[in-house]
Formats: sequence, C-alpha cells, structure tokens
Amino acid sequence: MDKQEVRQVVLDIIADVALDEDVSNLKDDVALRDQLDLDSMDFLDIVMELKKRHQIEVPQEDYPQLASMQSCVEYLRPKFQ
Amino acid sequence: MTSQTTHTFDREYDTIVIGAGMSGLGAGIRLAMFDKKVLILEKHSISGGLNSYYTRFKRPFDVGLHAMTNFSPRGERKSPLGKLLKQLRIKHEQLNLSEQKHSTIVFPDTKLSFTNEFSILIEEIAQKFPHEIDGFLKLVDEIKNFNEVSLKNEYQAAKSVVSTYLKSETLIEMIFCPLLIYGSAWEDDMDFSQFVIMFKSIYLEGFCRPEGGVRTLLNLLLETYEQRGGELEFKHGVEKILYDGKKVIGVQTTKGEKIKANKVLSSMGAPETYARIDEQEKKTSAQTGRMTFTETIFITDKKPSDFGFHETIYFYNNRNKYLYRNPQTYYDDQSAVICFPNNFQDDDNPEGIIRVTFMADYTHWKKLLSEDRKAYREKKKEMGETAYDVVKKLLPNSWDAKIECIDTFTPTTIERYTGHFGGTVYGSPDKSRDGTTPYQNLYLCGTDQGFLGIVGSLLSGISMANLHVLSQ
Ligand SMILES: Cc1cc2nc3c(=O)[nH]c(=O)nc-3n(C[C@H](O)[C@H](O)[C@H](O)COP(=O)(O)OP(=O)(O)OC[C@H]3O[C@@H](n4cnc5c(N)ncnc54)[C@H](O)[C@@H]3O)c2cc1C
Repeated sequence: MDKQEVRQVVLDIIADVALDEDVSNLKDDVALRDQLDLDSMDFLDIVMELKKRHQIEVPQEDYPQLASMQSCVEYLRPKFQ
Repeated sequence: MTSQTTHTFDREYDTIVIGAGMSGLGAGIRLAMFDKKVLILEKHSISGGLNSYYTRFKRPFDVGLHAMTNFSPRGERKSPLGKLLKQLRIKHEQLNLSEQKHSTIVFPDTKLSFTNEFSILIEEIAQKFPHEIDGFLKLVDEIKNFNEVSLKNEYQAAKSVVSTYLKSETLIEMIFCPLLIYGSAWEDDMDFSQFVIMFKSIYLEGFCRPEGGVRTLLNLLLETYEQRGGELEFKHGVEKILYDGKKVIGVQTTKGEKIKANKVLSSMGAPETYARIDEQEKKTSAQTGRMTFTETIFITDKKPSDFGFHETIYFYNNRNKYLYRNPQTYYDDQSAVICFPNNFQDDDNPEGIIRVTFMADYTHWKKLLSEDRKAYREKKKEMGETAYDVVKKLLPNSWDAKIECIDTFTPTTIERYTGHFGGTVYGSPDKSRDGTTPYQNLYLCGTDQGFLGIVGSLLSGISMANLHVLSQ
C-alpha cells in the first residue's frame, strides 16, 4: 500500500468512529485530537477497527504514534506490507 | 486450594455477560462490535431490567422511565449521551428525544424550578436565596471542573463539600432532593463523585424522553447487538459462577448447562453476583442497599396539560428537611417524585399518565406479601389513594379527570423481576469503581460499578467492556 492508500484506510476508520464529524479537511501534520473531538475511548476504537478490518495490532505503548495523520501513516505503513 | 472438580463444558465464549439490562446490552454491543464471541444470559423473558416495560389493562407501561437524564443536543459529542451514542454507533435522531418542559422542587415554604436551560435554576436561586447565589456559582465551578468519572475517586461525603459553599440548610436540602432520589444508594447523603454525576446529568444537562418510551431505546439496543452478531438468551439465568480457585472459568445456568468463558461481566449487582459463587470460595461481600421504592401509575381520561398544568417532574417534600432514607414503614407519604410523562415537548401518549414514586421499606412489603396476599393488595390500594391525594394537592383545582386504571409496584415486584436483593434500585452502597472483583476474570458493570440511570448504566457497560476485555 502506498501512503495515500494507508491514509485512506485511517480516514475511513476515523470517519466511522467519529460518526457524523467532517473529516474531509484534516491537516496531516496537526494532532487529530486538536482537530476532532477524539477522546481515549475513540483512540481505542481506532485501534480495534485496525485489528478488525486489517488484522493490524497496535500495542498500547505505541498509541502515541497515532497522534496525527502523518504519524499514523508512517507508523502503520510498514504493517501493511 | 479448593474446587478440584473438573468441569465439562457444553459451549464456550470469549465473554459471558449476565443480564440484558442497560449495562449488559451496552457491554454486549461493544464486545460483539469487535468480533468477540459474546453471550448475554438474561433470566427474565424480555430485556431492560430495572428499565423494562410490560403490558397491562391492554396498555403499554414503562417500568422505570420517568425521564432520561443527561440530555444533550445532537452534535454534542463530549457529553455522556454523545459518548455513548458514538461508542454504540447509534445516531441521536434514532432516539427521537423530546425535552422536558420544566420541573420543580417543592418544599413547604419554597419552590425551585428548573429546565434543561441551566440559567433558569441560577435565576431561581438568585431570586429566592439571594445570599447564596455567589456560593452556588462557585460550587457550580467546582462541579464543572471535577473529574467525576475517574475510576480512582475515593468516597467523600457530598453534603460536607457542598456546605462549604452554601449556608442555607433549605437550599442544600432542595438541591440534593432530586439528586438523591434519582441515584443514591446511600441514605441521606451521597458520594461526592456521584453527586457531581447527578448534578451534571439533571441540572446541567437535563431531562428528556425517547418517543415511544423505553421500548424505543431497548429495541434499538437489541437490534444493534443482533446486527453485530451478539448472542442473547432469554429465560436463561445464571445459577452459579464457576471459580477454579484461581480464576472464574464460566457459569452454570438455570437450565443446568455449563458454559465456559474467558471473562464474565455481571450486571446483577454486587451482592447478587457474589452470592452465585460457591460459599467455600467466599472472599468478599457487599451490603444490600436499604433504599427502595414503590410506584403507582395512574392512567386518566384527560391530560394535566388540558388544565394548563405543564410540569414534567415534581420533587415533592412536605418536611423542612428532606429525609432520603428507608422509611421503616411501607412507604413515606411525606415526600414523593411525581412524573407527568405527557409534559415533555412532544406527547405521544393517547391518555393522561401520572407516576408517583415513594420511598419504601422492602421488609414490610415482603412480610405482608408472604403472610397475607389480600392484605398486600389492600395496602397497595391504600397507597394508591394516598398518592392520588398528593397529586391532587399539586394539580390545579379544576382537575376532574377520571382514573381509567391504576398499576402499582412495590419493592417485592422489583425483586421478583430483576433479582435485586431487597428490591434495590440503586444497588449496594459498596461500589466497585473500576469494576474489578476479588475473583480474576469476573467484573461488575452497571449499578454496582457506580454508574446508574439509563445513560449511566449504558456507559458503565461500555466502559467496563472497553477496560477489561477490549483493551486487554
Ligand atoms: C421505578 C424506577 C424508576 C426509574 N427511573 C429512572 C429514570 O427516570 N431515568 C433513569 O435514567 N433511570 C431510572 N431508573 C434507574 C435505571 O432503570 C437503572 O439505573 C438502570 O436500568 C440499571 O441498569 P443495570 O444494567 O445496571 O441493571 P439492571 O437493569 O438491574 O440489569 C440487570 C439484569 O440482570 C438480570 N439478571 C439478574 N440476575 C440474573 C441471573 N442470575 N442470570 C441472568 N440474568 C440476571 C436482570 O433480570 C436484569 O435484566 C429507574 C429505576 C426504577 C426501578
């Protein structure tokens, strides 16, 4: 998967987790928390959805890697190979 | 150690949830959503537990629903209601919530009204207790900044905290009245965290009602659970929780089945759960709460609004002090909660409905029921008459509606249908904030984890499933 595809995967998940919030204008280098109303429950959901849809495991100590879209893509891309 | 019996199991699950009340369904949905193999076992023939429904006199009745607390508008996502909808992937509009008109706390010499607009309560207090308004606003600041849902909060008596801000005994009693009767397992006072939860959910957020009553919500939860692939069995209770000396390994059911599970999440209540574990493995106990209630529901041919009466809920107290405690007799007729379900913004009821809740003593009702059924029925009837006298005092003089039918339940009814010891509604005073028990792999959710009411117990189920199963 290229970066754009990984980004789309993450975006789809966030769109589902954040229900009816607008995710079309997310800035990649700004923390997701600062742009969307995401709390720790939502981050758990993002991790659970990654596991459910793509069999990707994110251990708890790696949660900080999911802070922004950019860091998500960098961290997750190798896991999609 | 003990229990060297080897069990042969009939089936196996990741998680067994005991009870299909609000918290059990909330937990079940979260687990099913992330592909856990989950089974909810419910002893009753329908869902809802303390907030279920039934049909009598050819009419639909809700068991517990006066109002859903924690109203927040669509699009609000950080509120308890917003969080729970998001976690369950349910849309706000699916509930068709209708807000209250206004509610009033009625004491012998003073009344305080409030709506879902908090400024109304501030104005009321400024007007009726002018010396207290500064203290009240400071208290509100403390409440807003307090993290009431932290699982680590220690018990702190709420009245002692509140009395550092407010001097008027009457005002303190009035503020506490709705919060105690809508959610305290403790008599006369409550834990400060619980006080903050209730204060926010009632005064800062407010009351609403789903169109169609609790059925709407329950159907939505059941549908969601089913779509996510969760399994649910009615009339199938848990008889024993199986413990192998080190950890909980499954349950034995009322049908004699043994079902294996990695984790068991129980919404039965703390003392009720511990009573299902072998006596010889006993490690802990929890007290049975002393607070329970009766409720009388009147169906009338006219609606209160036909008489210009628009109160949604009356918190009535006929003493200077508010005695939130076991009345040591059948019921306390000097205080009551009176709910007028017709008086939400949208009224979908064809007839008038009035619900009157009294504090009650379980022991009296239990004794009467077991000794003399006829006397029990008589007592219910007498209580209904007393309740209607209270209602008539509060309604306009012109009220002349005819009563079509009356239904009453007592603490023994609650016990029979939900299994709660002593007919308690708010559970045991011994809460397990983080849901853990002394038994590995056994967790509590719902009332005795400490979050209650419809919204609270749903959130409890969700967060216990998140914490103890999904993030493991
Ligand atoms: C009269 C009354 C009025 C209320 N009014 C309101 C209100 O207006 N607004 C509000 O928000 N809340 C109200 N509540 C409170 C609210 O209903 C409860 O706080 C909430 O429903 C508790 O949910 P729970 O999941 O914790 O427990 P429960 O609803 O008690 O769920 C436990 C479930 O477990 C089942 N069970 C028990 N033992 C077993 C067993 N051995 N095996 C299998 N299943 C078992 C029970 O049948 C039950 O379904 C009211 C309650 C009552 C009784």
